[in-house]
Amino acid sequence: MNMPAKIMSLISLSAVIVPCLLYFASAIGLDAVKWAALAGTIGWFIATPIWMSRALPKDAAEVEI
Amino acid sequence: MNDDNSNSGGEFERERVPDSALLGSGKFWGMYAGEHAAGTEFMIGPLFLAAGASLQDLILGLLLGNFLAVLTWRFLVTPIAMAKRMTLYYQLERIAGGSLVKFYNLINGLLFCFLAGAMVTVSASAVGVPFNIAFDVPESMLGLSNPSFTALVSIVGVVIAVVAAGGYERVAQVANIAAPWMIAVFAACGIISLVQLNATSMAAITEGKFWTDAIEFVQEKNGPQTFGFWQIVVFAWLCNGAMHFGMADLSIFRFARSKASGWAPAIGMFLGHYMAWIAAALLLAALIKLTPSLALGTDGKVAANPGLLAFQALGWTGILCVVIAGWTTANPTIYRAGLAFQGVLPKSSRTAMTLVAGAVATIAGAFPNLSAQLLGFVGTYGTVLGPMGAVIFVDFYLMKKFGLRDEYATHSGIQVNVAVLIAWLLPVAIGLYLIFGQGLFAAYAVIPCWIACGVIYLVLSKFTQSSVSISQGNIR
Repeated sequence: MNMPAKIMSLISLSAVIVPCLLYFASAIGLDAVKWAALAGTIGWFIATPIWMSRALPKDAAEVEI
Repeated sequence: MNDDNSNSGGEFERERVPDSALLGSGKFWGMYAGEHAAGTEFMIGPLFLAAGASLQDLILGLLLGNFLAVLTWRFLVTPIAMAKRMTLYYQLERIAGGSLVKFYNLINGLLFCFLAGAMVTVSASAVGVPFNIAFDVPESMLGLSNPSFTALVSIVGVVIAVVAAGGYERVAQVANIAAPWMIAVFAACGIISLVQLNATSMAAITEGKFWTDAIEFVQEKNGPQTFGFWQIVVFAWLCNGAMHFGMADLSIFRFARSKASGWAPAIGMFLGHYMAWIAAALLLAALIKLTPSLALGTDGKVAANPGLLAFQALGWTGILCVVIAGWTTANPTIYRAGLAFQGVLPKSSRTAMTLVAGAVATIAGAFPNLSAQLLGFVGTYGTVLGPMGAVIFVDFYLMKKFGLRDEYATHSGIQVNVAVLIAWLLPVAIGLYLIFGQGLFAAYAVIPCWIACGVIYLVLSKFTQSSVSISQGNIR
């Protein structure tokens, strides 16, 4: 169950970053980047909670700036 | 980490962490990677540009400052954390006394409220974008924004406070899950901004004209300002002064199995306080180049509107990132402040105190100038809380060498160690006077206050410990 979810998370994160690099290389337009990032964001928040359930840090109530 | 080993409701809050609960370095790297990509980064990055920092100073200054911060965590915090293996609060209680720690915690809580307030403003700025609610920064420090934005801040603040009152665990889980995505979004924003600034070649990046043009625009609108190399170095070094010089992260590194764990903050510094700050600053530079009118507030001055900046670069993903980053920072901050207030009023409920903290944060968030002053606030935060770390340092390394009793409050049974109280408040009062009365850059006050606090604590202990030991006869 975890492995497909991890792969989906990886693909989702790539959908946020890779289109930006393609945009940097003038291969795609900004609108395509924005849509890909939104799709990646939705995918990330669906897939990642399935496998990323690591214990909270000891002092999660501490605040870092 | 094993909850069963706890005997205090929390986890080893009032005892040494046992060897069985120690953690390897990887856990610390993972934790710090996510901890420092937060809502504050969206505010701090653009403020460097708005303050007139040059690109070269920013790149080199942040590099050096963050490196110094990592060294401070590694060589100041980690050795004491591993030797004592206690939380900051328990160590302070043993040195300074329970009542003084409550007072320290109350101050901590109030400062947290203002930090959370800035994050409420950040979140509201993003929520307002789709509703066309403008984010105006008034000229006066205690001036409100337009009525629509103030109403939006109230709604966002109430929602965040209510969620925080329900407990921070769910939000902390969301923050954990969101952290890698947020780092990716920060990087994406920076890359897109470079393209929008026509800085897609090494020659254009090194020439830096896109940056100097933005600075010129800011200076023209806001008046001449400078934010030099050493200011950047000291700010990057000490913006987390409460965590390293102030020893708050003793609570984290008390679980470290190896001193190598002390290098882990490097990943947080160089992702959150380097890449993310520069990326967020590039967002403002890109907005100034593409649509300069959007970068101006109603007073005609350049104002960083995090929500709008992220929306211009990455659309709805940018807005979501600002909302989640602001929310996941504000929420535990309000929760923590609520706990601090509850410590002062033990009979009150945690929920009620969290709502009080949320109300204070929401009121603070309604004044956009407070979040626009985040560079100064963060330095002030380190100035006020950092010196307590000097007390722990002196107690650990020097007290016995000078023939004095360490962990004096525990051994004498006092609730307020006067030496600590004076050593903390005197330099901090002078530091605050210099910051607010004389206009000193706040981060510059952190180290002098830290050193002064340590020296005063040592000298005063010589007198206070002698007198008590003579009167009680049971100290040594």
